Amino acid sequence: MIEIRGLVKQFPGAAHPAVDHLTLMIPEGEVCVLIGPSGCGKTTTMRIINRMIEPDAGSVLVAGRDVTQVDAVDLRRGIGYVIQQVGLFPHWSIADNIATVPKLLGWNDARIAARVDELLALVGMEPAMFRSRFPRELSGGQKQRIGVARALAADPPVMLMDEPFGAIDPITRARLQDEFLRILRSLKKTIVFVTHDIDEAIKMGDRIAILRDGVLVQYATPMTILAGPADPFVESFVGTDRALKRLALIRADAALEPLGPVAPAHAIAAQASLRDALARMFETGADTLAVTGSNGEVLGLVTLAGIRANTRSDDATNHCQSPYCL
Amino acid sequence: MLLVEAWQFVAAHPERFFGALYTHVALSAAALGLAIAIAFPVGVLLADKRRLALAAITAANIGRTLPSLAVLALVMPVLGTGFVPALFALTLLALPPILINTCTAMQQVDADIVDAARGMGMTRVQIVREVELPVALPVIFAGIRTAAVQVVSGAVLAAYIGGGGLGDFITSGIAMMALPQLLVGAIPATLLALGTDRVFGYLQKVLTPAGMRAR
Repeated sequence: MIEIRGLVKQFPGAAHPAVDHLTLMIPEGEVCVLIGPSGCGKTTTMRIINRMIEPDAGSVLVAGRDVTQVDAVDLRRGIGYVIQQVGLFPHWSIADNIATVPKLLGWNDARIAARVDELLALVGMEPAMFRSRFPRELSGGQKQRIGVARALAADPPVMLMDEPFGAIDPITRARLQDEFLRILRSLKKTIVFVTHDIDEAIKMGDRIAILRDGVLVQYATPMTILAGPADPFVESFVGTDRALKRLALIRADAALEPLGPVAPAHAIAAQASLRDALARMFETGADTLAVTGSNGEVLGLVTLAGIRANTRSDDATNHCQSPYCL
Repeated sequence: MLLVEAWQFVAAHPERFFGALYTHVALSAAALGLAIAIAFPVGVLLADKRRLALAAITAANIGRTLPSLAVLALVMPVLGTGFVPALFALTLLALPPILINTCTAMQQVDADIVDAARGMGMTRVQIVREVELPVALPVIFAGIRTAAVQVVSGAVLAAYIGGGGLGDFITSGIAMMALPQLLVGAIPATLLALGTDRVFGYLQKVLTPAGMRAR
């Protein structure tokens, strides 16, 4: 768990504080996305957590310990760190790059070698093929996979990720996001994820903290933010298509209605989103689709009316504004 | 014909020739060694301090524009003549390229690499030793290579202030209008400079970390 209390940071010569009395609680095992326009303080906040930047006031507690009371070097070795430009060491092999923190922690060679292979496999790269290559021999997407593997190497409970997929082409980015979510499901990490891409935030975040000029504007689950933006700034930030973005978060089988006497001509898989269902309806002209399970069995129906009911936001406007009230 | 006469000169005075060659190499090696010992650590330390580094690089650049002969001439009134003043002058000559390359190479190490190293919990010393120095090494060594060639060629001029070396044959050859004797100095000095460039070029290639070598 990460607890941020009354955090303030003002850079010399800046008109307003980069971070202005920020209070935020990130529950253990969740992905918290910090998002906002450039200069909103998201990266500064992230960098205060591992003391790459020292705050002017306030405190950050990681697993109950105030980070300023811990040696900065020890603190950082216990927190995974991924940046947009990856920053792989060009003179080290892929294996050595992944082994950076384990080596700093003094692991023995056999344990390091086993861990490197395990991580390469985890990020979908054949160990025998890649371990002795050098960073310049990899594509952008492969480099960032290694960046993630390197951050995971010593199995830190907390990871900081600063726009990790920002410099990667959209197709590879989507694939890396999916893979990372799959990895996270098996690993349970507390993650602070900085991005300026709202779609990425909705996809990756268990919770999204929207910042503006160093101030927390809204902190809630993607669903809550899409259903009830706290103010016009958030509303414009999430975009006019927020109803559709919401549908993308709901699985078809969550809007299941009982099967009627007539079976629909078209079907959609249970794990597809309601946005996919809507697209399918427009494509086929049908306003009712059969929802099929993994073996092709029909589980029920989704209807246009049912989808419409899920886009209305009036049911979610009474959400709590306090960062401690989740 | 001249070459034969030059060879005959060497054969007639082997101890003089090899003595001069030895002095030449010793003078160059000592000057280069001293210059590395001074400029390398200073360059590494200054790289962190933007203002000081800029001042040092500017000063080094001015030093670089001085002709080698002028440096030797400027040293003579202060330190007199002989091996030590020549060593001093040649060291001065070798400092700028090493200092400039060390400073800029350390400064030009990709900021993201350093940020990643710091963020993963490397200490300042570990960052310099494990990351910045190896990444900067090829450029630093290019400076050492330039300095080495400059010193070996500059050492010919040491003869003007009594520093000895192969330049002795050249100056006396000119003074006595004895062309073969002039060649006894000039040919080995040229070969020495070319050889130094080749050897240091090879070392530069070997010292470049495998992941950073041009394919």
